[in-house]
Amino acid sequence: MSPPPAIALPVEHVAAAPVLPDLWPPVKPLRGVMGFLRRHPTVAIGGALLILMVLMAVLAPYLWTVDPTTLNTSRRTRAPSDLYWFGTDMLGRDIYSRVVFGARVSLTVGFAVAILSSIVGLAIGLVSGMLRWADGLIMRVMDGLMSIPPILLAVALMALTRGSIGNVIMAITIAEIPRVSRLVRGVVLSLREQPYVDAAVAAGTRTPMLILRHILPNTIAPMTVQATYICASAMIIEAILSFIGAGVPPTVPSWGNIMAEGRALWQVKPFIVFFPAVFLSITVLAVNLLGDGMRDALDPRLAKAL
Amino acid sequence: MFTYVVRRILATIPVMVVVALFVFSLLFIAPGDPAAVIAGDQATPQDVERIRQSLGLDRPFLVQFSDWAWRLLHFDLGRSIFTNLPVSTMIAQRIEPTLSLMVVTLLLSIAVAVPIGVLAAWKAGSWFDRAIMGFAVFGFSVPVFVVGYLLAYFFALQLEWLPVQGYTSISQGLWPWLENLILPSIALGCVYIALIARITRATMLEVLQQDYIRTARAKGLAQGPILFIHALKNASVPIVTVIGIGIALLIGGAVVTESVFAIPGLGRLTVDAILRRDYPVIQGVVLLFSFLYVLVNLAIDLLYTVIDPRIRY
Repeated sequence: MSPPPAIALPVEHVAAAPVLPDLWPPVKPLRGVMGFLRRHPTVAIGGALLILMVLMAVLAPYLWTVDPTTLNTSRRTRAPSDLYWFGTDMLGRDIYSRVVFGARVSLTVGFAVAILSSIVGLAIGLVSGMLRWADGLIMRVMDGLMSIPPILLAVALMALTRGSIGNVIMAITIAEIPRVSRLVRGVVLSLREQPYVDAAVAAGTRTPMLILRHILPNTIAPMTVQATYICASAMIIEAILSFIGAGVPPTVPSWGNIMAEGRALWQVKPFIVFFPAVFLSITVLAVNLLGDGMRDALDPRLAKAL
Repeated sequence: MFTYVVRRILATIPVMVVVALFVFSLLFIAPGDPAAVIAGDQATPQDVERIRQSLGLDRPFLVQFSDWAWRLLHFDLGRSIFTNLPVSTMIAQRIEPTLSLMVVTLLLSIAVAVPIGVLAAWKAGSWFDRAIMGFAVFGFSVPVFVVGYLLAYFFALQLEWLPVQGYTSISQGLWPWLENLILPSIALGCVYIALIARITRATMLEVLQQDYIRTARAKGLAQGPILFIHALKNASVPIVTVIGIGIALLIGGAVVTESVFAIPGLGRLTVDAILRRDYPVIQGVVLLFSFLYVLVNLAIDLLYTVIDPRIRY
């Protein structure tokens, strides 16, 4: 088919646009990633801290000083020293090496829960937002799930399964799904009212394509922010579960487990609890800073409000 | 109005049914054989079978659920596998410390968070505002047991101002009761304070932009009444909503706080139940807290009409 003929505008009838005075200095082009990081320092700080923690987790086999699983009854509960940087625990295991390995558990659980609950929550939220007949039922179920405090829901699930990292991830994911699906549903409902979606519907776009091309891309930004917060909260819940004895098995060095082992002795040997606590707090802080920064960068309206 | 209240109360019924159904079906959706997990590694096949029967896992799902739900309606939560006591009795014995901790934390958090949130909004952009917002990020990031240990280490072990751990019943006097709850409620309140302060600031920022606030200023009203009477009143709906939602944080945190401070409440009951794999007890605690959460949020919904007369149903 030949292209439609261009409409010839009679040039003499069109007034020239008035030349506007150049009042504002030209906007400087963003200098790539560095410019973005400079404008959002929280992303930079959070990201840097998180990268450090990830490196520590990945390089754990090279960073340890003493085998974290070796028991040695002759050197129990030693205070921090040159040999045992963070001291030793009740069984004589080196706390520094255990803390380094603990980063693996926390980060694995945090990232896995963030990704899994985002995927499932996205699917549920899309269905709920797009299909009116399913919305009522799904949201009643989500309301019910959301009224179970997440930690208790995870505790109940863990009481019924054997302690393992996989089960911890599953338990926390189930507890976090309702929040994601609520968020996605809200975004979908507001997107559906947008004129461009109406236009796409009017142009005959089928529902699957409508979701894929017009709805889904716009849920990515709020979802990413939500996923970082879920990552942070999952790491805290994992530590809490391990701390109260419902998390990863005691043989796995996780920050929550190290603290649980130091619990009985914390009044006399506070360092056992102290070091994993500091690492856990810094990691969660890093992820939260990243989330806050991304929220500000991706949603300027929210940034102004919060 | 009256019909709204009735409808709103009725609307909580499906939510509670979903909660009950879900908590019950956990036994079935959990991977593996829950009876074997609960019985432990040293259990004989007879033990596993006995537990399977006591949990009712040997009968069809719907039969069991209706049976269980019927007993639940009569406040019968079943019996503990470990002590064989009724779960409702065990919960009743342990509920006072937990409720005390939660109420003290709630009051403390509101008393601290709302004023600092208002002041942060008033002085938006100042060092005070930045400090409060910075604290909020820390409050979200530092887990409740870390705050608990830090507080206990400095204020109880080093300075010896307050008891390290334990709980005294309120029937022993107000101060001994409160003395034991100060540190736990500060630890537990940290996240909650961060949450409330943040929403208070955000809502107040919006309200302070309104014309009637400018009018109030123009006619010479003092800053205090403007902030805390004129503005806060109109900012209160989102704040109260977040206070209600945050109860979930409070409930989860209470379980941990009780372990740190050796408070013999429902949290300790839960932790002990986990170690003994005493599922009926855990189920009872989860149900109780979830219903509490639903009821608190129902009350808050009904409160909206009181705090904001413009809301009519």
